[in-house]
Amino acid sequence: MASTTTDRDPTSTSTTSSHEAAPAQPLVLLVGNPNTGKTTLFNRLTGQNARIGNYPGVTVERRSGSSRLDGNRLVEVVDLPGTYSLSARSAEEQIALWAVLGQGQYRAPDLCVFVADASQLSRNLYLALQLAELGLPLIVALNMIDEAGENPPNTAAIEQLLGVPCVALSARRGSGISALLAAMERALVEKPTPRPLVSYPPELLADAEELSASLPAALRQPASRARALALWALTSIEEDDELTEIDPGLRAATLALRRASRRDLDHEVIAARYSFIDEHLPKLYRRLDRHPRKRALSERADRIVLHPLWGFGLFMLVMLVLFQSLFSWSDPAISLIEDAFAWLQGGLTTLLPAGIFRDFVTQGLVSGVGNVLVFLPQILLLFFFIGLLEDSGYMARVAYLMDRIMKSLGLHGRAFVPMLSGFACAVPAILATRTMERQRDRLLTMLVIPLMTCSARLPVYTLIIGALFPPTRAFGFLPVQGLLMVGMYLFATVLTLLSAGVLGRTVVKGRKVPLILELPPYRLPSLRGTLKMMWERATVFLKEAGTVILACTVALWVLLSFPRAPEPAAAPPAVAASHTGSAPASAPPSSIAQSYGGRLGHAIEPALKPLGFDWKIGVGLIGAFAAREVFVATLGLVYGIDAADDDATPLRDRLRAETRADGEAAYTPLMGLSLLIFFAISCQCMSTLAAVKRETKSYRWPAFMFAYMTGLAYLLSFTVFQVGRLLGF
Amino acid sequence: MQVVRVAGHSSFRRRLMELGLVPGTRVELVRVAPLGDPVELLVRGASLSIRKAEAGEIEVAQGSVSPAGKPVPKAVGFEPDLSV
Repeated sequence: MASTTTDRDPTSTSTTSSHEAAPAQPLVLLVGNPNTGKTTLFNRLTGQNARIGNYPGVTVERRSGSSRLDGNRLVEVVDLPGTYSLSARSAEEQIALWAVLGQGQYRAPDLCVFVADASQLSRNLYLALQLAELGLPLIVALNMIDEAGENPPNTAAIEQLLGVPCVALSARRGSGISALLAAMERALVEKPTPRPLVSYPPELLADAEELSASLPAALRQPASRARALALWALTSIEEDDELTEIDPGLRAATLALRRASRRDLDHEVIAARYSFIDEHLPKLYRRLDRHPRKRALSERADRIVLHPLWGFGLFMLVMLVLFQSLFSWSDPAISLIEDAFAWLQGGLTTLLPAGIFRDFVTQGLVSGVGNVLVFLPQILLLFFFIGLLEDSGYMARVAYLMDRIMKSLGLHGRAFVPMLSGFACAVPAILATRTMERQRDRLLTMLVIPLMTCSARLPVYTLIIGALFPPTRAFGFLPVQGLLMVGMYLFATVLTLLSAGVLGRTVVKGRKVPLILELPPYRLPSLRGTLKMMWERATVFLKEAGTVILACTVALWVLLSFPRAPEPAAAPPAVAASHTGSAPASAPPSSIAQSYGGRLGHAIEPALKPLGFDWKIGVGLIGAFAAREVFVATLGLVYGIDAADDDATPLRDRLRAETRADGEAAYTPLMGLSLLIFFAISCQCMSTLAAVKRETKSYRWPAFMFAYMTGLAYLLSFTVFQVGRLLGF
Repeated sequence: MQVVRVAGHSSFRRRLMELGLVPGTRVELVRVAPLGDPVELLVRGASLSIRKAEAGEIEVAQGSVSPAGKPVPKAVGFEPDLSV
């Protein structure tokens, strides 16, 4: 039995390895069920040099890295998405088979490491049997051996059954890793290949035989693999599947065979595999216990955690802490970043000679980098919590508790945490949709998150409500302004939920996939894994979304600064370093008015008029694309008020005093309401769009998001303003 | 309780069977979520939650059933009584 002898850290020797895997490195795939600790094992094997990429054609992340074996040999290790079976209905599920076979754009692996949960052997073996039928070089990593209790599976018996080496280990504790590395090294030479083990009914074998003739020539040999692939086709290809790159001949033959057959083919295939498992499982244990102690402890904990009263109390407490941390605790770090960038801007302004170059550096580049970095505190905090929640097993319970509510909106139970985070900021929330497996669930959640009232809307709401609504009390006791603020939160929340319902039935319809939620046993979260995830998510954000945000900041700076005002003192407006939008020195109202942005504001005025907005609000809206709160600073510049975002009182008074040509107040409460609604809905955040672009790997979805949100905002503001006018407000 | 038969839409039915819910497998209803859905099942040592609508497609019987699912003594679905 492979053991837990003195383990060395495989990463310590691999830190010198190059980041780009040379094609000569043997390829090792980690295959296994979800929740078997594959990623933890992957992290153990590859250490610091993991790279995150994407699988071709789907937005599923591909994690790869290199690991140094004992003989100083480097291998490339790839962590495949966890799966219960190789059979597939979608392009995402298809990755597993395509990767192990080296089909399409995948490189054929030199070795598959099957990662199994030692206390879930019965179900894990199902996937192992499928791999065995394909006849690929295979070894078994029997993970979580520390949780298997007093009656762990017998590795020698597993080796005997499958005909390939088996190593017991605990990726979390780091035990058994060196034994696995040694086994991998031997296996790369000896190529241990399992034989097909399951005996299927003769009529099913005849079907498979017939179907193998339709396989592409390259897949017809050896015969045992051809049979396995025919069985795969029978249990995967359907009229309405979403598989890709399936040979049309194979598809037609499979569908014809399924139609012609009167038998229950799925049952024949699956039941044959499970009857093999049921027959041989007892041999793999010394005693046949019911379930390991770990499960019993978790079950006891679940009586409280999933209790209607205590369970929900705990749930609210956890969510409150999460929300509070995003909303408030991240504040000092955000302020620090903003202050640092304001200081940098100030410093550079005095150092560099005045001119376009200085403005480009300070207003474009520096504030652009600031705009990116300012998201880091919330992203890191959110992923810290997600890491702990996932690792401990509580995230699955969140989904379990909330599924009833989320289901009615067409969302997955796991969408709850990202949606809640949307109240703080849409950017980390969109990154957090990663916790959902299916592309459809992720997409739908992503599309509605920006409708939640994020913290960047607060300064705008405060300005508008403070300026245009009287500080009176309705019915003598209800403060109108406060009521309006609460109303905006409620309105946005209801709208988000409605939108999810509508979009889920129209745009991101997809196939309705019933929920399958595994509640893993509770575990002590690993700080190491959590920190690693925080690091990964932050670097991916900086690299991929960051560049887009930076480019947009520079573009907006150009839009609002050119053509330049004649007087050199005219400072460009604020495409400011971020969440509070520190506006630079005062500018005469004329400078922004004559910029491209100002002209654009004038140009769109006819379109904004029916909403009650003038061109000044239009310029503010354009500036707000950098981030919503920049609206305050930009509007300040339009009115020539310095640093309106630090103290909005002068701007507030100015807005109240603004008059139309006929002497009437330009901004009425009705226009204020229309503007509030516009801000609540419109997609005025380039960083959100950049995050969506990163997560969907397309321009289509951010474009759609911008169009639907802004369109809806226009429509509702228009309706409110026009109906309000008709009613005489 | 043991699984007698799984009905329902082919892809989901296949997924449930692949998770081990084949005829003859012991299955236990652990609890119903506080809001009434989903339900938590214990199958092959794993805790699996699915929605009531789909759980209703799993036909179960008290006592033992042959793996072929043939003799069906007093079949009951999950639907009727979920008070655990």
